[in-house]
Amino acid sequence: MQWLDLLSDYTFQNVVIGASLLGLISGPLGCFAMLRRQSLLGDALSHAALPGVCLSFIITGSRDIGGIIIGALATGSLAALTMLLLTRHSRLKTDAAIGTCLSIFFASGIVLLTYIQGTNNASQGGLEAFLFGQAAATLRSDLWIMGAITLVTLVLLSVFWKQAKLVTFDAEYARTLGMPTTAIEAVLTAMVALAVVVGLQMVGVILMAAMIVAPAAAARQWSSHLGSMLVIAAGVGIVSGVSGATISTLSRGLATGPLIILTATAIVLVSLALAPGRGLLWGAIKHYRQKEALRRQQLLYAFYKHPRAAQRYRTTFGSRRMLGKLNRQGYLTRAADGDLGWTLTTQGQAAAKQVVATFEGVAS
Amino acid sequence: MIAELLTNTALPIILVGAMVGIASSAVGTFLVLRGNSMLSDAISHSIVFGIVIVWLLTQQQSGPIQLVGAAFTGLLTVLLTEALANTKRVKQDAAIGLVFPALFSIGVLLLNVYAHDVHIDTHTVLLGEIGFVWLDTIDLWGLPVPQALLSMSVMTLLNYGFIGLFYKELKLATFDPALAKTFGFMPTILFYGLLMLTSSTAVAAFDAVGAVLFIAFAIVPASAAYLLTDRLWMMFIIGALISIASSISGYYLAVHLNVSIGGMMAVMTGVFLILAFLFGPRYGLATQLLKRRRDRQAPVEPPPSV
Repeated sequence: MQWLDLLSDYTFQNVVIGASLLGLISGPLGCFAMLRRQSLLGDALSHAALPGVCLSFIITGSRDIGGIIIGALATGSLAALTMLLLTRHSRLKTDAAIGTCLSIFFASGIVLLTYIQGTNNASQGGLEAFLFGQAAATLRSDLWIMGAITLVTLVLLSVFWKQAKLVTFDAEYARTLGMPTTAIEAVLTAMVALAVVVGLQMVGVILMAAMIVAPAAAARQWSSHLGSMLVIAAGVGIVSGVSGATISTLSRGLATGPLIILTATAIVLVSLALAPGRGLLWGAIKHYRQKEALRRQQLLYAFYKHPRAAQRYRTTFGSRRMLGKLNRQGYLTRAADGDLGWTLTTQGQAAAKQVVATFEGVAS
Repeated sequence: MIAELLTNTALPIILVGAMVGIASSAVGTFLVLRGNSMLSDAISHSIVFGIVIVWLLTQQQSGPIQLVGAAFTGLLTVLLTEALANTKRVKQDAAIGLVFPALFSIGVLLLNVYAHDVHIDTHTVLLGEIGFVWLDTIDLWGLPVPQALLSMSVMTLLNYGFIGLFYKELKLATFDPALAKTFGFMPTILFYGLLMLTSSTAVAAFDAVGAVLFIAFAIVPASAAYLLTDRLWMMFIIGALISIASSISGYYLAVHLNVSIGGMMAVMTGVFLILAFLFGPRYGLATQLLKRRRDRQAPVEPPPSV
């Protein structure tokens, strides 16, 4: 019953739809940004959107989402252009260029924000919300526009799919084919700026960085194909958006943005540990198995080559388990004299011969 | 007379602004040179987490414990980032983009849960209020010294003390980490020390300028200095000069336009960066263009015949 109430709740519906749209757009675009080694682009562009949002407010005098989109796109592109200029025409490295643009654009956003507050406009209330997002204040009309942005972006991506793919993985080759690589990179960057616009309302300027990085980073673990990676990233984005929004509504008082981000981060951690093929856990298990196999081979080899030493072999802490195992499997028995050493059984001899053959085959 | 100057509101604000710039650009210089500028972004956000944790444990919002707590939060951020990058599953920049939003989110949620009646709200945390630093003073030899000025001066001394003590080692570790390692200078440890100082500086600067503007103070003057000189010690001097100039010009512009003082100071550091980018004596864009034109017009010397 409680769930039914929740599902029919107007605000909750809006927040969940908005969060899913955010996941849907930021996941795939984040993949491109991450593969192009520009993970922090989203961070910079979202900070750079602030002055644009304020400017559009100063010009239009209202919190109209159309104006906000145009403003955010404009200053976002300006910031991207500045970054490009700084890295191409000065000795500053990418990180310094991103950091300076991010902080300077954000600072001018703060200056404009305080300017607006100084003019005491009555409808300025919602502007500060862009710092942290204000998911609960999402309106149906906002959702339509966010949906339209998402749709346009995804359609653009599928139209320029081949070009975007080639520019991402081999920009040099794309250039030799005569593709307008700079234009395609600019379009990809502009689309990240569009995703930021959707994210401003939901998670705010600061946390938008993670919405670009996290779904892409999680998806990368599960797939090595760009297409499926994009789909998974979109799925991760939607799941974290929806669950973050749900937890926030159920808990009352916990901010939506941070919850969405923490859910996404949790998914990343799980993916890092468990993703088939790349998962750290599987890696650790494989490493352990290889170590065991090597120890087994070493013991068999040594015992075969030096049978007299084997009879006086003292068990060390590292080899005790493996010796016990070989004993149980019938490769080894305790040496005849005393209880310290070991001798190979006939089965053990055969196995050891194989090991020796492989070892010496490798050596020759 | 000095007391009079300090009770005047303009001077303490300008002094604090300049001190924030001087202290942070000292550590920022190394971040810019090493190509780790975005760590200042990560650290300045994740210390929100550290501040909240230390506050929950000790109920102190500022002071030495917070500085130490921040140092460890900064270290935690960097270690987590490196641990993620070392898995080889994500790149370094993606790791930064994963770690600091997560820590920041936890900090914000903890504030949500526990801090209904405290004045550290997320807004001050991000933006700071340099306009009010003169309200919070400590008596020092009978003079009302703003607390922020005191803590920033301490951080400036600490930062430059560290840099002065390990100048040679830091220099080598920055420009040739492999050689520094061979000499046994432990560049990694030195770098961690530097990052801990960065975090402490960020916390000390917090009340004044907040998390995001700290990035501007840390790396923009240093980047501008990098465009102007090839000498490490000159970078510190230029960085400090730009900080002072931004602080003064930012304050008067902000008062004139009635806008955020900290924001305006940060914007001014950007203006100086653009000036350095365009008109730097050696690497400036305009200078390069002029040089190219002069080269083109100059008659080309024929190569000496053999």
